[in-house]
Amino acid sequence: MANRITLNMITQRSIEEGVAMEKGKTTPEYFEACSIIEMHDDDVKALGLVPNQLVRVTSECGSVVVKAVRGRQSLYSGLAFIPQGVWANQVVPPRTQATGEPQYSGFPVTVEPANGEKRKSALELVQGAVGLWRGDQ
Amino acid sequence: MPKKVENVGCPYCGVCCDDLVVTVSDDGKKILEVENACAIGNQIFHHATGGERIRLPRLRQPDGSYKEISYDEAVDYAAKVLHNAKKPLIYGFGSTNCEGMAAAAKVAEKAGAVLDNCASICHGSSFLAIFDNGYPSCTLGETKNRADVIVYWGANPAHAHPRHMSRYSIFPRGFFTGKGHKSRKIIVIDPRHTDTAQVADIYLQVKQGHDYELFDAFRAVVRGHEIPDVVAGIKREQILEVANILKKARFGTIFYGMGLCHSDGRNHNVDIAISLTRDLNDFTKWTIMAMRGHYNITGPGAVWSWQYGYPYCLDLTKRDIAHMNPGETSSVDLAMRDEVDAFFNVGTDAGAHFPIDAVKHLKKHPWITVDPNICMASEISDLHIPVGIVGVEVPGIVYRMDNVPIQYRKVIDPPEGVISDEELFERIHKRLCELEAEEAAKGQVKAAPEGVRAESEP
Repeated sequence: MANRITLNMITQRSIEEGVAMEKGKTTPEYFEACSIIEMHDDDVKALGLVPNQLVRVTSECGSVVVKAVRGRQSLYSGLAFIPQGVWANQVVPPRTQATGEPQYSGFPVTVEPANGEKRKSALELVQGAVGLWRGDQ
Repeated sequence: MPKKVENVGCPYCGVCCDDLVVTVSDDGKKILEVENACAIGNQIFHHATGGERIRLPRLRQPDGSYKEISYDEAVDYAAKVLHNAKKPLIYGFGSTNCEGMAAAAKVAEKAGAVLDNCASICHGSSFLAIFDNGYPSCTLGETKNRADVIVYWGANPAHAHPRHMSRYSIFPRGFFTGKGHKSRKIIVIDPRHTDTAQVADIYLQVKQGHDYELFDAFRAVVRGHEIPDVVAGIKREQILEVANILKKARFGTIFYGMGLCHSDGRNHNVDIAISLTRDLNDFTKWTIMAMRGHYNITGPGAVWSWQYGYPYCLDLTKRDIAHMNPGETSSVDLAMRDEVDAFFNVGTDAGAHFPIDAVKHLKKHPWITVDPNICMASEISDLHIPVGIVGVEVPGIVYRMDNVPIQYRKVIDPPEGVISDEELFERIHKRLCELEAEEAAKGQVKAAPEGVRAESEP
Protein backbone atom coordinates (compact mmCIF):
# COMPACT_ATOMS: atom_id res chain seq x y z
CA MET A 1 0.00 0.00 0.00
CA ALA A 2 1.41 3.34 -1.04
CA ASN A 3 1.43 6.43 1.15
CA ARG A 4 1.15 8.62 -1.88
CA ILE A 5 0.41 8.14 -5.59
CA THR A 6 0.75 10.35 -8.63
CA LEU A 7 -2.28 10.78 -10.87
CA ASN A 8 -3.19 12.78 -13.97
CA MET A 9 -5.80 15.37 -12.95
CA ILE A 10 -8.67 16.75 -15.01
CA THR A 11 -11.27 19.30 -13.89
CA GLN A 12 -14.56 19.89 -15.72
CA ARG A 13 -18.17 20.75 -15.04
CA SER A 14 -20.53 18.40 -13.25
CA ILE A 15 -24.27 19.03 -13.22
CA GLU A 16 -24.24 18.93 -9.43
CA GLU A 17 -21.67 21.73 -9.50
CA GLY A 18 -23.77 23.67 -12.01
CA VAL A 19 -26.95 23.50 -9.94
CA ALA A 20 -25.15 24.28 -6.69
CA MET A 21 -23.24 27.18 -8.28
CA GLU A 22 -26.49 28.84 -9.29
CA LYS A 23 -27.87 28.33 -5.78
CA GLY A 24 -24.75 29.97 -4.41
CA LYS A 25 -21.09 29.17 -3.89
CA THR A 26 -21.39 29.59 -0.15
CA THR A 27 -24.09 26.90 0.14
CA PRO A 28 -23.56 23.38 1.57
CA GLU A 29 -24.66 22.02 -1.82
CA TYR A 30 -21.73 23.71 -3.57
CA PHE A 31 -19.35 22.47 -0.89
CA GLU A 32 -20.48 18.87 -1.30
CA ALA A 33 -20.60 19.06 -5.11
CA CYS A 34 -17.11 20.45 -5.59
CA SER A 35 -14.83 19.48 -2.69
CA ILE A 36 -14.48 15.92 -3.96
CA ILE A 37 -12.12 13.84 -6.06
CA GLU A 38 -13.14 10.91 -8.22
CA MET A 39 -10.55 8.18 -8.70
CA HIS A 40 -10.38 4.68 -10.18
CA ASP A 41 -10.95 1.81 -7.75
CA ASP A 42 -7.40 0.52 -8.33
CA ASP A 43 -5.96 3.86 -7.22
CA VAL A 44 -8.28 4.00 -4.21
CA LYS A 45 -7.08 0.53 -3.23
CA ALA A 46 -3.44 1.45 -3.83
CA LEU A 47 -3.80 4.19 -1.22
CA GLY A 48 -5.81 1.93 1.11
CA LEU A 49 -8.62 4.49 1.33
CA VAL A 50 -11.98 3.78 2.89
CA PRO A 51 -15.05 5.30 1.16
CA ASN A 52 -15.38 9.05 1.60
CA GLN A 53 -11.96 9.40 3.20
CA LEU A 54 -10.33 12.82 2.93
CA VAL A 55 -7.21 13.12 0.81
CA ARG A 56 -4.68 15.85 0.20
CA VAL A 57 -4.14 16.64 -3.48
CA THR A 58 -0.96 18.51 -4.36
CA SER A 59 0.15 19.89 -7.71
CA GLU A 60 3.10 21.96 -8.88
CA CYS A 61 1.34 25.10 -7.66
CA GLY A 62 -0.84 24.27 -4.69
CA SER A 63 -2.56 21.82 -2.43
CA VAL A 64 -6.13 21.14 -1.26
CA VAL A 65 -8.01 18.65 0.92
CA VAL A 66 -10.98 16.95 -0.75
CA LYS A 67 -13.11 13.86 -0.23
CA ALA A 68 -12.38 10.75 -2.30
CA VAL A 69 -15.66 9.44 -3.72
CA ARG A 70 -16.71 6.83 -6.23
CA GLY A 71 -17.98 8.81 -9.21
CA ARG A 72 -20.89 7.79 -11.37
CA GLN A 73 -18.80 8.56 -14.46
CA SER A 74 -15.96 6.07 -14.51
CA LEU A 75 -12.40 6.81 -15.46
CA TYR A 76 -9.33 4.68 -16.03
CA SER A 77 -6.63 3.95 -13.49
CA GLY A 78 -4.17 6.82 -13.26
CA LEU A 79 -6.74 9.50 -14.09
CA ALA A 80 -8.47 11.62 -11.43
CA PHE A 81 -11.26 14.19 -11.57
CA ILE A 82 -12.22 17.14 -9.38
CA PRO A 83 -15.31 19.08 -10.54
CA GLN A 84 -14.50 22.58 -11.75
CA GLY A 85 -14.71 25.19 -9.02
CA VAL A 86 -12.96 26.55 -5.99
CA TRP A 87 -11.28 23.33 -4.79
CA ALA A 88 -10.01 22.32 -8.23
CA ASN A 89 -8.56 25.78 -8.75
CA GLN A 90 -6.36 25.48 -5.69
CA VAL A 91 -4.25 23.05 -7.74
CA VAL A 92 -4.85 24.05 -11.39
CA PRO A 93 -1.58 25.34 -12.87
CA PRO A 94 -1.97 28.81 -14.40
CA ARG A 95 0.32 27.99 -17.32
CA THR A 96 -1.54 28.56 -20.61
CA GLN A 97 0.66 27.43 -23.50
CA ALA A 98 0.34 31.06 -24.64
CA THR A 99 -3.39 30.74 -25.30
CA GLY A 100 -4.78 32.31 -22.13
CA GLU A 101 -6.28 28.98 -21.04
CA PRO A 102 -4.89 27.49 -17.84
CA GLN A 103 -3.97 23.81 -17.63
CA TYR A 104 -7.41 22.74 -16.34
CA SER A 105 -6.99 19.22 -17.69
CA GLY A 106 -3.96 16.99 -17.70
CA PHE A 107 -1.57 17.95 -14.93
CA PRO A 108 0.21 15.71 -12.42
CA VAL A 109 -0.91 15.66 -8.81
CA THR A 110 0.04 13.57 -5.81
CA VAL A 111 -2.76 12.15 -3.70
CA GLU A 112 -2.29 11.01 -0.09
CA PRO A 113 -4.57 10.39 2.88
CA ALA A 114 -5.26 13.64 4.76
CA ASN A 115 -5.13 12.30 8.27
CA GLY A 116 -6.51 14.69 10.85
CA GLU A 117 -7.20 17.43 8.30
CA LYS A 118 -10.51 19.05 7.31
CA ARG A 119 -11.89 20.33 4.05
CA LYS A 120 -11.94 24.11 3.96
CA SER A 121 -14.99 26.07 2.82
CA ALA A 122 -14.96 27.92 -0.50
CA LEU A 123 -14.86 31.26 1.29
CA GLU A 124 -11.97 30.20 3.53
CA LEU A 125 -9.96 29.04 0.53
CA VAL A 126 -10.53 32.12 -1.62
CA GLN A 127 -10.62 34.81 1.05
CA GLY A 128 -7.75 33.05 2.84
CA ALA A 129 -5.64 33.19 -0.32
CA VAL A 130 -5.95 36.98 -0.47
CA GLY A 131 -5.76 37.76 3.25
CA LEU A 132 -9.44 38.52 3.80
CA TRP A 133 -10.51 35.42 5.74
CA ARG A 134 -11.62 36.32 9.25
CA GLY A 135 -12.82 32.94 10.46
CA ASP A 136 -16.37 31.60 10.41
CA GLN A 137 -18.52 34.68 10.69
CA MET B 1 -54.02 35.26 -10.87
CA PRO B 2 -50.50 33.99 -11.60
CA LYS B 3 -49.29 34.78 -15.11
CA LYS B 4 -47.64 32.25 -17.44
CA VAL B 5 -44.93 33.69 -19.69
CA GLU B 6 -44.18 31.45 -22.67
CA ASN B 7 -41.17 31.07 -24.99
CA VAL B 8 -38.77 32.40 -22.39
CA GLY B 9 -35.02 32.12 -23.07
CA CYS B 10 -32.84 30.43 -20.49
CA PRO B 11 -29.81 32.32 -19.14
CA TYR B 12 -27.69 29.28 -18.38
CA CYS B 13 -25.79 27.51 -21.17
CA GLY B 14 -24.97 28.01 -24.84
CA VAL B 15 -27.93 25.90 -25.95
CA CYS B 16 -30.12 28.97 -25.18
CA CYS B 17 -33.34 26.99 -24.77
CA ASP B 18 -36.12 29.39 -25.73
CA ASP B 19 -39.11 27.26 -24.89
CA LEU B 20 -39.32 27.83 -21.16
CA VAL B 21 -42.67 28.60 -19.54
CA VAL B 22 -42.33 30.68 -16.40
CA THR B 23 -45.20 31.23 -13.99
CA VAL B 24 -45.03 34.55 -12.13
CA SER B 25 -47.10 35.49 -9.06
CA ASP B 26 -50.02 37.88 -9.60
CA ASP B 27 -48.08 40.78 -8.05
CA GLY B 28 -45.31 40.11 -10.57
CA LYS B 29 -42.67 39.79 -7.85
CA LYS B 30 -42.12 36.06 -7.43
CA ILE B 31 -41.29 33.23 -9.81
CA LEU B 32 -43.54 30.31 -8.90
CA GLU B 33 -42.78 27.68 -11.50
CA VAL B 34 -40.39 27.05 -14.38
CA GLU B 35 -41.31 24.47 -17.01
CA ASN B 36 -39.05 22.85 -19.63
CA ALA B 37 -35.78 24.09 -18.10
CA CYS B 38 -32.98 21.77 -17.01
CA ALA B 39 -32.03 21.51 -13.34
CA ILE B 40 -29.50 24.34 -13.65
CA GLY B 41 -31.75 26.73 -15.61
CA ASN B 42 -34.53 26.03 -13.15
CA GLN B 43 -32.26 27.02 -10.28
CA ILE B 44 -31.34 30.35 -11.93
CA PHE B 45 -34.98 31.47 -12.18
CA HIS B 46 -35.95 30.28 -8.70
CA HIS B 47 -32.82 31.78 -7.17
CA ALA B 48 -33.79 35.23 -8.54
CA THR B 49 -36.76 35.61 -6.19
CA GLY B 50 -36.19 32.75 -3.77
CA GLY B 51 -33.93 34.50 -1.27
CA GLU B 52 -32.30 37.73 -0.27
CA ARG B 53 -30.70 39.70 -3.06
CA ILE B 54 -28.03 42.35 -2.87
CA ARG B 55 -29.85 45.61 -3.65
CA LEU B 56 -27.13 48.23 -3.27
CA PRO B 57 -23.44 48.40 -4.18
CA ARG B 58 -21.14 47.40 -1.34
CA LEU B 59 -17.76 49.03 -0.66
CA ARG B 60 -15.02 47.27 1.31
CA GLN B 61 -14.12 49.05 4.56
CA PRO B 62 -10.71 49.17 6.30
CA ASP B 63 -11.86 46.50 8.78
CA GLY B 64 -12.63 44.12 5.90
CA SER B 65 -16.42 44.43 6.12
CA TYR B 66 -18.73 45.74 3.40
CA LYS B 67 -20.72 48.98 3.64
CA GLU B 68 -23.68 49.72 1.37
CA ILE B 69 -23.27 52.78 -0.84
CA SER B 70 -25.41 54.40 -3.55
CA TYR B 71 -25.11 53.61 -7.25
CA ASP B 72 -23.83 57.17 -7.82
CA GLU B 73 -21.02 56.59 -5.34
CA ALA B 74 -20.23 53.20 -6.87
CA VAL B 75 -20.12 54.66 -10.39
CA ASP B 76 -17.79 57.40 -9.19
CA TYR B 77 -15.51 54.88 -7.43
CA ALA B 78 -15.41 52.57 -10.47
CA ALA B 79 -14.71 55.43 -12.87
CA LYS B 80 -11.89 56.74 -10.68
CA VAL B 81 -10.30 53.29 -10.44
CA LEU B 82 -10.35 53.04 -14.23
CA HIS B 83 -9.17 56.61 -14.70
CA ASN B 84 -6.22 56.21 -12.35
CA ALA B 85 -5.12 52.77 -13.53
CA LYS B 86 -2.43 52.51 -16.18
CA LYS B 87 -3.71 49.23 -17.56
CA PRO B 88 -7.02 48.02 -16.11
CA LEU B 89 -8.45 44.63 -17.09
CA ILE B 90 -12.19 44.29 -17.71
CA TYR B 91 -13.05 40.60 -17.85
CA GLY B 92 -16.05 38.29 -17.84
CA PHE B 93 -19.33 38.74 -19.75
CA GLY B 94 -20.37 35.09 -19.80
CA SER B 95 -23.66 36.09 -18.26
CA THR B 96 -24.89 39.37 -19.63
CA ASN B 97 -26.51 40.65 -22.80
CA CYS B 98 -24.89 42.12 -25.91
CA GLU B 99 -26.10 45.59 -24.97
CA GLY B 100 -24.09 45.37 -21.74
CA MET B 101 -21.05 44.08 -23.64
CA ALA B 102 -21.14 46.99 -26.09
CA ALA B 103 -21.45 49.51 -23.24
CA ALA B 104 -18.54 47.87 -21.39
CA ALA B 105 -16.43 48.07 -24.53
CA LYS B 106 -17.07 51.82 -24.70
CA VAL B 107 -15.80 52.07 -21.12
CA ALA B 108 -12.75 49.91 -21.92
CA GLU B 109 -11.83 52.08 -24.88
CA LYS B 110 -12.25 55.27 -22.90
CA ALA B 111 -10.18 53.89 -20.02
CA GLY B 112 -7.48 52.35 -22.19
CA ALA B 113 -8.18 48.92 -20.72
CA VAL B 114 -7.69 45.32 -21.71
CA LEU B 115 -11.09 43.83 -22.54
CA ASP B 116 -11.47 40.08 -22.28
CA ASN B 117 -14.24 37.53 -21.89
CA CYS B 118 -14.59 34.05 -20.42
CA ALA B 119 -13.63 32.49 -23.76
CA SER B 120 -10.14 33.44 -22.61
CA ILE B 121 -10.23 30.42 -20.25
CA CYS B 122 -12.76 28.37 -22.25
CA HIS B 123 -13.10 28.32 -26.04
CA GLY B 124 -10.40 30.90 -26.74
CA SER B 125 -8.34 28.11 -28.26
CA SER B 126 -11.20 27.53 -30.66
CA PHE B 127 -10.91 31.10 -31.94
CA LEU B 128 -7.20 30.60 -32.57
CA ALA B 129 -7.85 27.39 -34.50
CA ILE B 130 -10.72 28.95 -36.42
CA PHE B 131 -8.50 31.90 -37.43
CA ASP B 132 -5.93 29.41 -38.72
CA ASN B 133 -8.16 26.80 -40.28
CA GLY B 134 -11.70 28.07 -40.85
CA TYR B 135 -14.95 26.88 -39.33
CA PRO B 136 -17.04 24.47 -41.43
CA SER B 137 -20.00 24.79 -39.08
CA CYS B 138 -23.78 24.95 -39.25
CA THR B 139 -26.70 25.94 -37.06
CA LEU B 140 -28.18 23.64 -34.45
CA GLY B 141 -31.33 23.55 -36.56
CA GLU B 142 -29.40 21.99 -39.45
CA THR B 143 -28.00 19.34 -37.11
CA LYS B 144 -31.48 18.59 -35.80
CA ASN B 145 -33.03 18.39 -39.25
CA ARG B 146 -30.24 16.62 -41.13
CA ALA B 147 -27.62 14.88 -39.00
CA ASP B 148 -27.57 11.09 -38.84
CA VAL B 149 -24.14 10.83 -37.18
CA ILE B 150 -23.22 12.86 -34.09
CA VAL B 151 -19.81 12.96 -32.45
CA TYR B 152 -19.27 14.40 -28.97
CA TRP B 153 -15.53 14.76 -28.44
CA GLY B 154 -14.24 15.94 -25.07
CA ALA B 155 -17.70 17.28 -24.32
CA ASN B 156 -20.19 16.13 -21.71
CA PRO B 157 -23.53 17.78 -22.50
CA ALA B 158 -25.38 15.52 -20.04
CA HIS B 159 -23.74 17.68 -17.37
CA ALA B 160 -22.75 20.95 -19.03
CA HIS B 161 -25.50 21.46 -21.64
CA PRO B 162 -28.29 19.30 -20.27
CA ARG B 163 -30.86 19.80 -23.07
CA HIS B 164 -28.45 19.85 -26.03
CA MET B 165 -29.03 16.18 -26.80
CA SER B 166 -32.81 16.34 -26.53
CA ARG B 167 -33.27 19.60 -28.45
CA TYR B 168 -30.74 19.33 -31.25
CA SER B 169 -28.51 16.32 -31.59
CA ILE B 170 -29.59 12.85 -30.48
CA PHE B 171 -33.28 12.63 -29.70
CA PRO B 172 -35.33 15.19 -31.68
CA ARG B 173 -37.20 14.31 -34.83
CA GLY B 174 -36.21 16.76 -37.55
CA PHE B 175 -37.31 17.41 -41.12
CA PHE B 176 -35.05 14.72 -42.63
CA THR B 177 -34.55 12.83 -39.39
CA GLY B 178 -38.10 11.76 -38.65
CA LYS B 179 -37.09 8.68 -36.71
CA GLY B 180 -35.19 10.73 -34.16
CA HIS B 181 -32.77 8.74 -32.04
CA LYS B 182 -33.38 5.54 -34.01
CA SER B 183 -32.00 7.04 -37.19
CA ARG B 184 -28.84 8.44 -35.63
CA LYS B 185 -25.46 7.02 -34.70
CA ILE B 186 -23.92 8.57 -31.61
CA ILE B 187 -20.17 8.45 -31.04
CA VAL B 188 -18.66 9.73 -27.79
CA ILE B 189 -14.91 10.18 -27.36
CA ASP B 190 -13.73 11.05 -23.86
CA PRO B 191 -11.22 9.82 -21.25
CA ARG B 192 -14.13 9.33 -18.84
CA HIS B 193 -17.15 7.14 -19.45
CA THR B 194 -19.42 10.13 -18.92
CA ASP B 195 -23.18 10.22 -18.62
CA THR B 196 -23.13 11.39 -22.24
CA ALA B 197 -21.22 8.20 -23.14
CA GLN B 198 -24.12 6.24 -21.62
CA VAL B 199 -26.28 7.13 -24.62
CA ALA B 200 -23.57 6.50 -27.22
CA ASP B 201 -23.66 3.71 -29.81
CA ILE B 202 -19.87 3.75 -29.78
CA TYR B 203 -17.67 5.03 -26.97
CA LEU B 204 -13.92 5.50 -27.40
CA GLN B 205 -11.97 5.98 -24.19
CA VAL B 206 -9.18 8.16 -25.53
CA LYS B 207 -6.13 8.54 -23.35
CA GLN B 208 -6.26 11.98 -21.71
CA GLY B 209 -4.15 14.53 -23.56
CA HIS B 210 -3.79 12.33 -26.66
CA ASP B 211 -6.73 13.63 -28.68
CA TYR B 212 -4.47 15.06 -31.36
CA GLU B 213 -3.04 11.62 -32.13
CA LEU B 214 -6.50 10.11 -32.43
CA PHE B 215 -7.67 12.86 -34.79
CA ASP B 216 -4.50 12.28 -36.79
CA ALA B 217 -5.28 8.56 -36.98
CA PHE B 218 -8.81 9.28 -38.23
CA ARG B 219 -7.41 11.62 -40.87
CA ALA B 220 -4.89 9.01 -41.96
CA VAL B 221 -7.57 6.32 -42.29
CA VAL B 222 -10.02 8.62 -44.07
CA ARG B 223 -7.25 9.43 -46.57
CA GLY B 224 -6.49 5.76 -47.08
CA HIS B 225 -3.29 5.40 -45.07
CA GLU B 226 -2.21 2.75 -42.58
CA ILE B 227 -2.20 3.37 -38.83
CA PRO B 228 -0.59 1.54 -35.87
CA ASP B 229 -2.40 -1.18 -33.92
CA VAL B 230 -3.23 1.18 -31.06
CA VAL B 231 -3.47 4.99 -31.12
CA ALA B 232 -4.17 7.06 -27.99
CA GLY B 233 -5.42 3.95 -26.24
CA ILE B 234 -7.87 3.03 -29.04
CA LYS B 235 -7.51 -0.16 -31.09
CA ARG B 236 -7.00 0.10 -34.84
CA GLU B 237 -10.17 -1.91 -35.58
CA GLN B 238 -12.31 0.54 -33.62
CA ILE B 239 -10.75 3.50 -35.39
CA LEU B 240 -11.44 1.88 -38.77
CA GLU B 241 -15.04 1.12 -37.76
CA VAL B 242 -15.71 4.70 -36.65
CA ALA B 243 -13.93 6.18 -39.66
CA ASN B 244 -16.20 4.13 -41.88
CA ILE B 245 -19.29 5.43 -40.09
CA LEU B 246 -18.05 9.01 -40.44
CA LYS B 247 -17.47 8.58 -44.19
CA LYS B 248 -20.85 6.99 -44.78
CA ALA B 249 -22.86 9.57 -42.86
CA ARG B 250 -25.45 11.56 -44.74
CA PHE B 251 -24.76 14.59 -42.57
CA GLY B 252 -22.59 14.70 -39.47
CA THR B 253 -21.69 17.15 -36.74
CA ILE B 254 -18.71 17.00 -34.40
CA PHE B 255 -19.51 18.77 -31.13
CA TYR B 256 -16.36 19.33 -29.10
CA GLY B 257 -15.70 20.78 -25.68
CA MET B 258 -13.17 21.55 -23.03
CA GLY B 259 -11.52 18.15 -23.38
CA LEU B 260 -9.76 19.66 -26.41
CA CYS B 261 -9.33 23.27 -25.27
CA HIS B 262 -8.11 22.61 -21.71
CA SER B 263 -5.65 19.81 -22.49
CA ASP B 264 -2.12 19.90 -23.82
CA GLY B 265 -2.18 21.15 -27.39
CA ARG B 266 -5.13 23.53 -26.83
CA ASN B 267 -5.84 25.21 -30.19
CA HIS B 268 -3.92 22.53 -32.08
CA ASN B 269 -6.46 19.93 -30.92
CA VAL B 270 -9.24 22.07 -32.34
CA ASP B 271 -7.23 22.79 -35.46
CA ILE B 272 -6.95 19.10 -36.34
CA ALA B 273 -10.63 18.54 -35.49
CA ILE B 274 -11.43 21.16 -38.13
CA SER B 275 -9.03 19.48 -40.56
CA LEU B 276 -10.75 16.12 -40.04
CA THR B 277 -14.11 17.82 -40.70
CA ARG B 278 -12.71 19.28 -43.90
CA ASP B 279 -11.32 15.90 -44.97
CA LEU B 280 -14.67 14.22 -44.37
CA ASN B 281 -16.32 16.73 -46.69
CA ASP B 282 -14.55 14.96 -49.55
CA PHE B 283 -17.00 12.12 -48.93
CA THR B 284 -20.14 13.62 -47.44
CA LYS B 285 -21.34 16.64 -45.48
CA TRP B 286 -19.65 17.17 -42.11
CA THR B 287 -19.80 20.14 -39.76
CA ILE B 288 -18.16 21.05 -36.46
CA MET B 289 -19.31 23.15 -33.54
CA ALA B 290 -17.79 24.39 -30.30
CA MET B 291 -19.94 23.61 -27.26
CA ARG B 292 -19.91 27.19 -26.01
CA GLY B 293 -20.50 27.30 -22.28
CA HIS B 294 -22.57 30.24 -21.09
CA TYR B 295 -25.78 31.36 -22.76
CA ASN B 296 -24.18 34.48 -24.21
CA ILE B 297 -20.47 33.77 -24.23
CA THR B 298 -20.75 33.74 -28.02
CA GLY B 299 -22.02 37.33 -27.65
CA PRO B 300 -18.82 39.22 -26.82
CA GLY B 301 -17.06 37.48 -29.71
CA ALA B 302 -19.75 38.78 -32.06
CA VAL B 303 -20.11 42.25 -30.53
CA TRP B 304 -16.42 43.06 -30.05
CA SER B 305 -15.44 41.60 -33.43
CA TRP B 306 -17.93 44.00 -34.92
CA GLN B 307 -16.63 46.90 -32.81
CA TYR B 308 -12.88 46.23 -32.93
CA GLY B 309 -12.20 43.25 -35.18
CA TYR B 310 -11.25 40.81 -32.41
CA PRO B 311 -13.41 38.50 -30.31
CA TYR B 312 -11.45 38.39 -27.03
CA CYS B 313 -8.14 39.36 -25.39
CA LEU B 314 -8.51 42.91 -26.74
CA ASP B 315 -5.79 45.30 -25.73
CA LEU B 316 -7.36 48.77 -25.93
CA THR B 317 -4.59 50.51 -24.02
CA LYS B 318 -4.01 52.56 -27.18
CA ARG B 319 -7.73 53.27 -27.06
CA ASP B 320 -9.06 53.18 -30.61
CA ILE B 321 -6.27 50.97 -31.92
CA ALA B 322 -7.03 47.43 -30.80
CA HIS B 323 -4.71 44.50 -30.80
CA MET B 324 -5.12 40.92 -29.69
CA ASN B 325 -2.41 38.44 -28.80
CA PRO B 326 -3.42 35.61 -26.43
CA GLY B 327 -0.52 34.66 -24.20
CA GLU B 328 0.24 38.39 -23.98
CA THR B 329 -3.19 40.05 -23.74
CA SER B 330 -5.08 37.15 -22.11
CA SER B 331 -6.41 37.66 -18.60
CA VAL B 332 -4.65 34.83 -16.78
CA ASP B 333 -1.31 35.59 -18.44
CA LEU B 334 -1.65 39.31 -17.68
CA ALA B 335 -2.46 38.43 -14.08
CA MET B 336 0.46 36.06 -13.66
CA ARG B 337 2.87 38.66 -15.06
CA ASP B 338 1.40 41.44 -12.89
CA GLU B 339 0.78 43.55 -15.98
CA VAL B 340 -2.58 44.98 -14.97
CA ASP B 341 -3.27 47.35 -12.09
CA ALA B 342 -7.06 47.14 -11.69
CA PHE B 343 -9.55 44.35 -12.30
CA PHE B 344 -13.23 44.42 -13.26
CA ASN B 345 -14.99 41.07 -12.89
CA VAL B 346 -18.25 41.34 -14.86
CA GLY B 347 -20.93 38.63 -15.00
CA THR B 348 -18.55 35.84 -14.12
CA ASP B 349 -16.63 34.59 -11.10
CA ALA B 350 -12.88 34.78 -11.53
CA GLY B 351 -12.57 34.22 -7.78
CA ALA B 352 -13.86 30.68 -8.20
CA HIS B 353 -12.80 29.85 -11.75
CA PHE B 354 -9.32 31.28 -12.18
CA PRO B 355 -6.40 29.27 -10.80
CA ILE B 356 -5.88 30.63 -7.29
CA ASP B 357 -2.42 31.97 -8.16
CA ALA B 358 -3.97 34.27 -10.77
CA VAL B 359 -6.55 35.44 -8.22
CA LYS B 360 -3.78 36.32 -5.77
CA HIS B 361 -1.96 38.39 -8.38
CA LEU B 362 -5.08 40.29 -9.44
CA LYS B 363 -6.02 41.00 -5.84
CA LYS B 364 -2.87 43.12 -5.39
CA HIS B 365 -4.83 45.89 -7.12
CA PRO B 366 -8.37 47.31 -6.93
CA TRP B 367 -10.93 44.58 -7.73
CA ILE B 368 -14.49 45.49 -8.71
CA THR B 369 -17.20 42.87 -9.24
CA VAL B 370 -20.35 43.49 -11.27
CA ASP B 371 -22.74 40.60 -10.69
CA PRO B 372 -26.32 40.05 -9.49
CA ASN B 373 -25.29 37.52 -6.88
CA ILE B 374 -22.84 36.79 -4.11
CA CYS B 375 -19.96 34.79 -5.54
CA MET B 376 -16.30 34.26 -4.71
CA ALA B 377 -15.32 37.35 -6.74
CA SER B 378 -17.83 39.53 -4.90
CA GLU B 379 -16.53 38.30 -1.55
CA ILE B 380 -12.95 39.40 -2.20
CA SER B 381 -13.79 42.63 -4.06
CA ASP B 382 -13.16 46.19 -3.02
CA LEU B 383 -16.49 47.07 -4.59
CA HIS B 384 -19.44 44.83 -5.51
CA ILE B 385 -22.07 46.35 -7.77
CA PRO B 386 -25.28 44.30 -8.12
CA VAL B 387 -27.15 44.32 -11.45
CA GLY B 388 -30.34 42.75 -12.78
CA ILE B 389 -30.26 39.16 -14.06
CA VAL B 390 -30.38 39.07 -17.87
CA GLY B 391 -33.10 36.77 -19.15
CA VAL B 392 -34.98 36.97 -15.87
CA GLU B 393 -35.13 40.69 -15.02
CA VAL B 394 -33.40 42.36 -17.97
CA PRO B 395 -34.16 41.72 -21.67
CA GLY B 396 -31.57 41.78 -24.44
CA ILE B 397 -29.83 40.06 -27.34
CA VAL B 398 -27.85 36.89 -26.75
CA TYR B 399 -25.95 34.68 -29.20
CA ARG B 400 -26.53 30.94 -29.09
CA MET B 401 -23.55 28.58 -29.46
CA ASP B 402 -24.15 28.40 -33.23
CA ASN B 403 -23.94 32.21 -33.56
CA VAL B 404 -27.72 32.63 -33.89
CA PRO B 405 -28.88 35.79 -32.10
CA ILE B 406 -31.96 35.48 -29.91
CA GLN B 407 -33.96 38.23 -28.24
CA TYR B 408 -34.29 37.35 -24.56
CA ARG B 409 -37.10 38.82 -22.52
CA LYS B 410 -37.61 39.56 -18.86
CA VAL B 411 -40.26 37.85 -16.78
CA ILE B 412 -40.10 40.02 -13.65
CA ASP B 413 -38.66 43.39 -12.64
CA PRO B 414 -35.26 43.53 -10.94
CA PRO B 415 -35.26 44.31 -7.19
CA GLU B 416 -36.20 47.96 -6.70
CA GLY B 417 -33.37 50.29 -7.58
CA VAL B 418 -31.12 47.62 -9.14
CA ILE B 419 -29.93 48.65 -12.61
CA SER B 420 -28.77 46.70 -15.68
CA ASP B 421 -25.17 46.07 -16.79
CA GLU B 422 -25.80 48.35 -19.76
CA GLU B 423 -27.02 51.26 -17.64
CA LEU B 424 -24.15 50.77 -15.19
CA PHE B 425 -21.48 50.89 -17.91
CA GLU B 426 -23.14 53.85 -19.62
CA ARG B 427 -23.01 55.72 -16.32
CA ILE B 428 -19.38 54.74 -15.70
CA HIS B 429 -18.56 55.93 -19.23
CA LYS B 430 -20.26 59.28 -18.58
CA ARG B 431 -18.36 59.70 -15.33
CA LEU B 432 -15.06 58.82 -17.05
CA CYS B 433 -15.73 61.55 -19.62
CA GLU B 434 -16.41 64.01 -16.79
CA LEU B 435 -13.16 63.07 -15.03
CA GLU B 436 -11.23 63.62 -18.25
CA ALA B 437 -12.92 66.96 -18.78
CA GLU B 438 -12.13 68.00 -15.19
CA GLU B 439 -8.47 67.18 -15.74
CA ALA B 440 -8.43 68.97 -19.06
CA ALA B 441 -9.82 72.08 -17.37
CA LYS B 442 -6.90 71.91 -14.97
CA GLY B 443 -4.51 71.48 -17.90
CA GLN B 444 -3.60 67.95 -16.87
CA VAL B 445 -4.81 66.00 -19.87
CA LYS B 446 -3.33 62.53 -20.03
CA ALA B 447 -0.77 62.53 -22.83
CA ALA B 448 -1.96 60.32 -25.66
CA PRO B 449 0.63 57.65 -26.48
CA GLU B 450 2.51 58.29 -29.68
CA GLY B 451 0.81 56.99 -32.78
CA VAL B 452 -2.67 57.20 -31.35
CA ARG B 453 -5.28 59.10 -33.28
CA ALA B 454 -6.10 61.28 -30.31
CA GLU B 455 -8.14 63.67 -32.42
CA SER B 456 -10.89 61.09 -32.66
CA GLU B 457 -11.43 61.37 -28.92
CA PRO B 458 -14.25 63.76 -27.97
